[in-house]
Amino acid sequence: MSVLADQFTAHTFVDAFRFIGDNASLMLSKTGQTCELAFAALGIALALALPLGLWLGHRHRGLFLALGVSTLGRALPIIVLIAFGLTVLGVGFWNNTAALVVLGIPPILTNAYFAVDGADRDAVEAARGMGLTERQVLLRIELPLGLPLIVAGVRISAVFVIASATIAAIAGGGGLGDIIVNQASYGLAGVIAGSLCVSAVALLTALALGLVHRAVSRSTTARA
Amino acid sequence: MIPVLGGSGPVIPSFGSGSSCEQNNGWWCTDWLREHWGDTLQPALVQHIELVAIAIAAGFLIASVLAIAGFRYRLLDVPVGGFADFLYTIPSIALFQLLVPFTGLTVLTVEIALTSYTLFVLYRNMVAGLRGVPEDALEAARGMGLTRVQTFFRVELPLASPAVLAGLRIATVSTVSIATVAAFVVPKGLGEPIFIGLDQNLFKTEILAAGGLAILLALAADVALAWFARAVTPWSRA
Amino acid sequence: MATQAAELVFDEATKQYPDRPEPAVDRLSLTVPAGEICVLVGPSGGGKTTALKLVNRLIPLTSGDIRIDGRSINDQDVTELRRSIGYVIQQVGLFPHMTVEANIGTVPRLYGRSRQWIRERTAELLELVGLDPSYAKRYPAQLSGGQRQRVGLARALAANPPLMLMDEPYSAIDPIVRARLQDEFLRLQRELRKTVLFVTHDIDEAIKVGDRIAILREGGRLAQYDTPENILLKPADEFVAQFVGADRALKALSLRTLGQISLRPGTWLDGLPQIDASTNLRDALGFLLAGGSDRAIVVDDDGNPLGTVTPEDIVR
Ligand SMILES: Nc1ncnc2c1ncn2[C@@H]1O[C@H](COP(=O)(O)OP(=O)(O)O)[C@@H](O)[C@H]1O
Ligand SMILES: [Mg+2]
Repeated sequence: MSVLADQFTAHTFVDAFRFIGDNASLMLSKTGQTCELAFAALGIALALALPLGLWLGHRHRGLFLALGVSTLGRALPIIVLIAFGLTVLGVGFWNNTAALVVLGIPPILTNAYFAVDGADRDAVEAARGMGLTERQVLLRIELPLGLPLIVAGVRISAVFVIASATIAAIAGGGGLGDIIVNQASYGLAGVIAGSLCVSAVALLTALALGLVHRAVSRSTTARA
Repeated sequence: MIPVLGGSGPVIPSFGSGSSCEQNNGWWCTDWLREHWGDTLQPALVQHIELVAIAIAAGFLIASVLAIAGFRYRLLDVPVGGFADFLYTIPSIALFQLLVPFTGLTVLTVEIALTSYTLFVLYRNMVAGLRGVPEDALEAARGMGLTRVQTFFRVELPLASPAVLAGLRIATVSTVSIATVAAFVVPKGLGEPIFIGLDQNLFKTEILAAGGLAILLALAADVALAWFARAVTPWSRA
Repeated sequence: MATQAAELVFDEATKQYPDRPEPAVDRLSLTVPAGEICVLVGPSGGGKTTALKLVNRLIPLTSGDIRIDGRSINDQDVTELRRSIGYVIQQVGLFPHMTVEANIGTVPRLYGRSRQWIRERTAELLELVGLDPSYAKRYPAQLSGGQRQRVGLARALAANPPLMLMDEPYSAIDPIVRARLQDEFLRLQRELRKTVLFVTHDIDEAIKVGDRIAILREGGRLAQYDTPENILLKPADEFVAQFVGADRALKALSLRTLGQISLRPGTWLDGLPQIDASTNLRDALGFLLAGGSDRAIVVDDDGNPLGTVTPEDIVR
């Protein structure tokens, strides 16, 4: 029984890799679609959440908002968001993008807030004392000091958005999710192949942002 | 590609002998809710709580063992934390599917995936909590003649508990949310009525009711755990 | 609440940290008689903390021996040894998650004392260290630095240990509160008569607190072990003279009070400032110089004049 199961498992993964090889162009275009959807949403989330988080953190205001948004972001299931979106907006790219943006905002907003809010108060005070304007204080002192935390937030957000972009396939989002939720058309090998590809996308993105995090952490500690 | 959803056909009544509002599929149909609370939503809610409770309990247990090991033996911390991070990074739907060849379309598959997701937050918070115990308190404990075990249970563990409980809160809320994806694998939890609603030409009431329940459950768990943490760590309010 | 105090003996005690060229404590030999306060003082890095932690085996001896009432510390169970020694540190190390009462009750609880016993003992100890017993239910975060240090002392006293180790207990406290805590500690000691090993880097504190002072120089070598008077007036070598400072003659004045010198039989003179007989000579001199008067009336606790004093009487 267990031998059978093992063989079955091994075969499945061998088949999955064969599937990727046989359908290279399909996999590539699907991966491209997933990336397009996820990174577009991440970009919009970044553009909205980063300035807001930085500004609130700089003013040391909106702690409640920052905390509430992060809890709400965790509590909102992507499926529910997409289903809501479908009932309101119907099938489409923008429905999915909107849902992903909503999910991508919280980690960025919250981390940006705490990064700036928690920047060394003595350094900030000294900068003000030296005559830096508020804008300069934020951009030259608080932002560099808080950069590791901000990048960590972007990383969490990216992982979250990629996972959600995959699920968005149920609302016609396209991409690798299409294959994963459609065993009838692609077979188990296809489903596993799609899962492997999207995992690779998520892991590579996390790895890249992890390296950025490391680099900025090192430079802030070296400066400190 | 073949769309998963049936597109825009005529509205087919979702459940046999529906009332008029059910047939119209407006924004909200209280009749449907009244009729199907007992056979659809309530069981789904109970299953959902079960799925989450088991995953959190298992995750907490595993993370505790790993955290104590990672705390004692710093060499273990990087690989263990890195592995938890790795699991956390795999998109949920992919992790579910990747487990299917091993454990089939079963609740076990769902629990393994959900448990995997709890490990990262729980492990990181536990280790951070234990590392954050003030050095002077540890020195005082040693100087007063507390044994290693006494120091752990009387000083390190209680002082780590705010961080541990904060991690538990985050993990629980996230797991309630991710557990809706479980319906891809087994017809259980609050994800199931949502999928049915999507299949039944977007039957709005069912989607809204089940989705709302999932969100409310997550928020209720958050509030309950916050209250619990406050109650058991009175000193952190001081 | 009298305790039997213990005699503490360092016998060629040596600590050599691995990967260090020099020992941190080098063949330290000294005897602290039961019931006395011995202050270890010296420059930073002189090995004071190391010497203190050798006693409760937070740091293991490299060679030599330390005996408490004749018993080598290495012949005792380390846990038992530590529970029988009061330990007070600069950062206090109160347990933030425990109330003051639970903090104080930590070691008694390990000895199986009842809640009732601990509650009563806490009230008694808080009173002793100058805190209102209502503080028992507070958490450390609700206390000021001085109050925390008092609770730390109460906790160390809880199991009534015959020997106390105190590592710079007042160094992080502001000067005014520090002076008050030192006074209270000396009052307490007159009552309890414990053996105390007290570490500080502050020679003034050492002079004020110590029955005997041990001066350690870099490398943990004992430069001089003597009474405060002899340390100040007969420094053993150049290092000690430097360490106690050029003003050591002035410092020596603080060892005696006006009540301990012979005063001039004074007639009551209107307008002369009054000064308490319990004032030490150094402060009295400062008082006279600052007041611009060459004479003051010394009065006892009840305000009765005992005589008069001039700066010349003091420095004589
Ligand atoms: N754990 C340790 N390992 C190695 N060297 C140490 C350790 N602790 C203290 N030292 C060294 O031993 C010497 C004495 O330190 P310490 O006893 O703390 O001095 P003090 O308390 O008088 O300032 C210093 O040179 C210090 O750097
Ligand atoms: Mg020291």
